[in-house]
Amino acid sequence: MRSPYEAAETCTAFIANPNATDLETMSSTLNGPDFEAGMLEIEAKIRELQAAGLRDESSEQQDLEQQIIDLRREWNRLTEEVYSNLSPWQIVQVARHKDRPYTKDYLNLAFEEFVELHGDKHFGDDRAMLTGFAKIDQYKVMVVGHQKGRTYKERASCNFGCAHPEGYRKAMSKMRLAEKYQMPIICFIDTPGAYPGVGAEERGQAQVIAESMFQMSQLKTPIICVVIGEGGSGGALGIGVGDRIGVLEFAYYSVISPEGCAGILWKSHEHAPKAADALRFTSKHLLELGVIDEVIEEPLGGAHRDHHKMAGRLKSYLVKTLEELKAQPVEQLLSQRYAKFRQMGVYLDGLQQDAAAATT
Amino acid sequence: MATANKDQSTKRVLKRAVPDGLWIKCPGCKATVYRKEAENLQNVCPKCQYHFYVSARQRIAQVLDEGTFEEWDDHLCPTDPLKFADKKRYADRLVDEQQRTGLTDASLTGSGMIRARRVAIGVTDSAFIMGSMGSVVGEKLTRLVERATRHALPLIIVSGSGGGARMHEGILSLMQMAKVSAALSRYHEAGGLYISVLTNPTMGGVAASFASLGDLVFAEPRALIGFAGPRTIKATIKLELPEGFQTSEFLLEHGYIDRIVERGRLKNEIARAIDYCGK
Ligand SMILES: [Zn+2]
Repeated sequence: MRSPYEAAETCTAFIANPNATDLETMSSTLNGPDFEAGMLEIEAKIRELQAAGLRDESSEQQDLEQQIIDLRREWNRLTEEVYSNLSPWQIVQVARHKDRPYTKDYLNLAFEEFVELHGDKHFGDDRAMLTGFAKIDQYKVMVVGHQKGRTYKERASCNFGCAHPEGYRKAMSKMRLAEKYQMPIICFIDTPGAYPGVGAEERGQAQVIAESMFQMSQLKTPIICVVIGEGGSGGALGIGVGDRIGVLEFAYYSVISPEGCAGILWKSHEHAPKAADALRFTSKHLLELGVIDEVIEEPLGGAHRDHHKMAGRLKSYLVKTLEELKAQPVEQLLSQRYAKFRQMGVYLDGLQQDAAAATT
Repeated sequence: MATANKDQSTKRVLKRAVPDGLWIKCPGCKATVYRKEAENLQNVCPKCQYHFYVSARQRIAQVLDEGTFEEWDDHLCPTDPLKFADKKRYADRLVDEQQRTGLTDASLTGSGMIRARRVAIGVTDSAFIMGSMGSVVGEKLTRLVERATRHALPLIIVSGSGGGARMHEGILSLMQMAKVSAALSRYHEAGGLYISVLTNPTMGGVAASFASLGDLVFAEPRALIGFAGPRTIKATIKLELPEGFQTSEFLLEHGYIDRIVERGRLKNEIARAIDYCGK
C-alpha cells in the first residue's frame, strides 16, 4: 500500500488556496463528471420547463407537462445506459463526486440520533474521523466514520477525509468503549487514504493502523463496515476489520489510488484510468475476489442524485445485518471474523497440487 | 519440510546485492570499501557502519545457530489473480523475480535455534518486488504466527519491505495486512513474545501491519521506516522534509522503537530479550 498522493495533492491545493469563496462558487457550478454531460443537459431542460410552468389547467401547461414526462423517460433510459457501463475510472469519479453523501449525511438521514464523541485523549480531535453514539431502528450503536466535508471550510478542517494518527486513536478508543457495553460498531469508510505528512509520521501513522486492525480483530461486539465512497488503502482498512463488509455499488476499495499506482508503474499519473482497470477494485470485482459480503445498490444515477433513497437502502442493510449479528454468541462472532480474513488471498500450494496430481 | 540448499541461493543473491569486483562504493560515506571486508562484517561498511542489503537467506544464517533452520511452507507460490499487467505482465514479472533472486516470493519462514532456544522466524526480502506483501507473504507469515501460537514459540519477523502491500495483487494484498494482524492478535492473547526487527526499508502496508506490532521493536541503524513514502509526503506538504526524517533514529526519538541494534549484535540482542521474557 502506498499513499494516495494525487488525492492528497488535491487536498493541499485546496488548503493552500486562501480564496475560499472562489472555490466554493467554482465547485458548486462544476457540472460533475463528463460522462454525465447528456444526463445533466436533460436535467437542465427539465428545470427550465418547470420554471416556465403556468401552474394552471391550460392546454399549454398540459403540453409542457407532457414534455417533462418525455424528458424524464429519456433521462431514465440514458442514465441506465451510462451507469450500467461505467468504466472503473468513471466509478472512481462517482465515488469522489462532490455531492456524494458522506458519513454525516447518513447520520442525519438513516439514524434517529447521533451523539458525537470527540478526541483521542492523547493529542487532538481529528475532524477526518467522526465518532459517537447513535440510534438506528431499535439499536444503540457506536458509529465510526471518515468525514470528507461538504463546504470548503469543512473540507479543509477534515483534510478531505485523510485521517491522522489521532483519528485512528480516537476510533480505537470509542470502539473499546462500545465493546465494554456490548454496543455494535458501525464503520463508514470514505477516505482517499491516511494523511501523508510529517506530523502523521511523527505520531505513528503506520503503528496506529496496525494497532487498530489488531484490536478490531478481537473486539467482543459485532462490527459492520461499509465502504460508502473511497476505500483508500491502509487508511480505509484501519477501520475496516469487521464481521460484515458491505460496499456501495459505485464505491471502490483499493490497495492504492489509481493515480498513485499509475505514477509508480506507468511513471505518470495520467495513466490512472489504466491503473483503475488493472486494480480490479470495483464492487463487482471485490465480491468476486471474496473480500466483501454484499454490494448495496445505489439509486439510478448514483447516490449523489438521491441521498434519501441511498440512506434508506443503507439503513435496511444495517438493520438487517445488526439483527443477524446480534443473534450470534460473541465467541462464534470472533471465530468467524478471524476465519473471514484468514481465507483472503490467492496462491498456489505445491503440496495440494502434488496431492491432486497423485489422486488423478 | 525440506531445508533448502542454503549455500547456492546465498551466493546468487550476494552477487546481486553487492556488485562484482574487489571494491564497492558505500552509499553511506561514498568511500570505496574492500568488498571482502564488508562481507566479513555481515555486509556492513567498515568505515561508516552503513548497513548494506542482506538477502533473507543470509539474514537467517546470521541470526540462527548454524544448520538449525527448517523452512516452512516453501511450497506456496504466487499466482496472478487479477491478470495484472502494467508495462509488463505480473505473471512474467514473477518468473523474472524468481530467477533473479532464487526465491519463490518475498519471504522465507520457518523455525530454528537462537543460542539453543527454538524460535519461529520470518524474513521479508527487499530484493523480490521491493519485499512487498502479496497473498504468499501474507499466508506464509500467518501460518508462521499460527504455528508459533500452537507450539508456544517466540516469534521473530525481520522486515525489509520498501513496497508495502503489493499493488499487482490489488485488494488481496491489502487484506493480508488484516489477516496477519489478526493472527498476531491471537498470538498476543496466548502470551507469545514477538520481536519485530525493522531493516532498510520498511514502508507502507508492511510498516502499517506486522512490522509495527512487536512486543519489542528493534531497528537496524539508519533504516528508512515509515508509512507514506518521503516523495509522496514532499509532494503533499510542498516543504523540505526534516533532517533524518523516517530513519530508525527518528522513530526512536518519537517513541516507536525500543532499540536500535547493529547487525553484528542482533542475534545476541534477540537471545537476551527472549531470556528476559522467559519464553
Ligand atoms: Zn560507508
